[in-house]
Amino acid sequence: METLDALMLARAQFGANITFHILFPTITIALGWVLLFFKLKFNRSGDDQWMAAYQFFVKVFALCFALGVVSGITMSFQFGTNWPGFMETVGNIAGPLLAYEILTAFFMEAVFLGIMLFGVNRVSNRVHTIATLLVAVGTTLSAFWILVLNSWMHTPAGFEMRDGVAHATDWWAIIFNPSMPYRLAHMLMASGLTAAFLIAGLSAYRWLRGDRSGGVKAGLRTGVFLAAGLIPLQIFMGDLHGLNTLEHQPQKVAAMEGLWQTEQGAGLRLFAIPDAEQQTNHFEIVIPNLASLILTHDWNGELKGLEAFEHHPPMAPVFYAFRIMVGVGVLMLLVSWVGAWQIKRQGEPKPWLAKVLVAMTFAGWVATVAGWYTTEIGRQPWLVQDVLLTADAASDVAAGMIATTLTGYLILYALLISAFIGTLFYMGRRAGRLPEPTSEQAKPLAGAFQQEGA
Amino acid sequence: MELLATEGHWLAVAFAVLMGLSILLYVILDGYDLGVGMLMARADDEQKDRMIASIGPFWDANETWLVLSVGLLLVAFPAAHGVILSELYLPATLMLMALILRGVSFDFRAKARSQHKQRWDRTFFIGSLLAALTQGYMLGLYIMGFESSSSATVFALLVAVSLAAGYCLMGATWLVMKTEGELQQRAVRWARISLWLTALGIVSISLVTPLVNERIFSKWFSMPEIILLAPIPLLTGLLVLALDRLLAGMPYRHDRFYRWPFWLAGGMFALCFQGLAYSFYPYVVPEQMTIYGAAASPESLWIIFIGALLVLPCIIGYTIFAYRVFSGKAQELNYY
Repeated sequence: METLDALMLARAQFGANITFHILFPTITIALGWVLLFFKLKFNRSGDDQWMAAYQFFVKVFALCFALGVVSGITMSFQFGTNWPGFMETVGNIAGPLLAYEILTAFFMEAVFLGIMLFGVNRVSNRVHTIATLLVAVGTTLSAFWILVLNSWMHTPAGFEMRDGVAHATDWWAIIFNPSMPYRLAHMLMASGLTAAFLIAGLSAYRWLRGDRSGGVKAGLRTGVFLAAGLIPLQIFMGDLHGLNTLEHQPQKVAAMEGLWQTEQGAGLRLFAIPDAEQQTNHFEIVIPNLASLILTHDWNGELKGLEAFEHHPPMAPVFYAFRIMVGVGVLMLLVSWVGAWQIKRQGEPKPWLAKVLVAMTFAGWVATVAGWYTTEIGRQPWLVQDVLLTADAASDVAAGMIATTLTGYLILYALLISAFIGTLFYMGRRAGRLPEPTSEQAKPLAGAFQQEGA
Repeated sequence: MELLATEGHWLAVAFAVLMGLSILLYVILDGYDLGVGMLMARADDEQKDRMIASIGPFWDANETWLVLSVGLLLVAFPAAHGVILSELYLPATLMLMALILRGVSFDFRAKARSQHKQRWDRTFFIGSLLAALTQGYMLGLYIMGFESSSSATVFALLVAVSLAAGYCLMGATWLVMKTEGELQQRAVRWARISLWLTALGIVSISLVTPLVNERIFSKWFSMPEIILLAPIPLLTGLLVLALDRLLAGMPYRHDRFYRWPFWLAGGMFALCFQGLAYSFYPYVVPEQMTIYGAAASPESLWIIFIGALLVLPCIIGYTIFAYRVFSGKAQELNYY
């Protein structure tokens, strides 16, 4: 019982840390590219509204980046403190992937972020644009390596086991493992949607408070149109990812679909309350045959239920998390399309829509975290599918110690998230009171080298 | 198999060197910005802004060296990583929380409403202090081979305070380099005080370490090692004296020698690090696990090693570029 408690606590702690961490890269990966878009638009047109949008959202970026960096350091320590068995068993594969992330991405992001934030008067406009580009490339590369590793944990390939330790046999197969392209695309689009709704929400907030400056308009349009363009792609990508999961991790799909028993022509459960004890669902709302149609493209296709698998994840958290993700996705589709239509037709959103956008500022977070829970809890009880059980990777740190540090982390994270959200909206309010930033300091060609001292 | 074994040996040493280098770069680079964070408690509001401006473009990249150090430990010596971090579970967690607090307050102070700025400044100070102390504490426990006794705790506390003083020295000499006028004069004073505290720390650690560890004692105090190694402590002593004299005359006309204190202090760190590395080689977990026993499989190490050889020069290149972009005295924090 003691070890089980410690295991659950270690999982809770890792879950808490990674949940907190994932919030910020989810924003910065795509926001970096949006900043580059603003910057290029400004370079080409010389229109101040793009610079104003850049200047506002680069601050948001810096804040998210700082939170992402410091919480990411925690992750690199926790592999050792909480899951020593992970590196002992698959370290030969996870190690190089993590090392490449640090070497190719971390330093590049961090160094050029300094130039991007503080270098505007010290480097030429061109170098500043390149710094913006390299920060975006860095955050994306970082996501690439992490998703390679994460995908490998779901669909391991390109290795052999010798004396209980995984050894790489084919790095190409490890990197391009079966679920990697789907997972990476799904995550990058999730980041795009998260950033889009954040940009739209904060801009709508400023809009509602009477700030009708060019920067606000540029942000609003960019956010809404980006979301409207990405969401159908994301739904399509999510479907492909689901099919891939069905092929490699059918037990996860069974949990997502709420299937206890194997069914022919399985129905789509819109809602249900899974009951693990009786292996059944209560209060089901089912659309007949639809799940089979979506997943097997056959009206009467067979879907395996959880009972068919020796090791399978707990149903309830996977089932609920999946529905939250899909639900938020549908909401995103509606709001962004109505928003795009209104802005296209009238040039501005109606107040009710602006309010909805403000309410959905962090919709991307909800969907991303729910999606992440779906896939990660859906892999349990495996840490690396069919290779390493989560329980076998845990450290023997005492439960009391983990509970203490977990409490500390939770308090810290709660404080930081409220400070973060409060500060974002405060920045939104304050930006409206300042005079619109002029482009004097940042006109193309005007920012020649002003290096002194050497 | 023979070849593989030697290759494994060679790679283990190469990774120990890489890891050592990245730890040394971390303590010097993040050392100065943690030091600036601690010294902020002794500055007025305007000076605080200037101090923050002096480290703004760099702190993030500095901290990345810590990620690389832990990353290399994790990937090259996975068995040691588990042992070390389980032993240091509590102080490591405290350090992480301190680094989180410090890293975010840096950004929040400039963006949050002004009446909250002071609170974030205090958080920045506490985070910097706690990070320095916990790092020193962990180093102390490491030197003591993770022994759990009250004397080990006392020693670890001594190292904690010494390292914090050392970071203050790095921070103060950084400020001597990056600032002018009254703030620079204050920094000179801070540098001299922390220099002597650091020196005191170095002497006590150097005396205690060989006394509690027979292996280290015989590594230093036997012929001919004692003569061959003598330059390390002698040079350290000379650097301390030179630095003190240099600081005593500061500021010189036209701000001459303004970069020297930082370089000399960095040299002290490098020498001390050299001494520690010599003491512990070939152990990665003192008296328990050698770098050869803890190394990961050669195939995987090769993959990383080649990548590191290709990428590290780029990293060093653009890091130097960034330092050149922001060279000279720190200016008004020009938040874009």
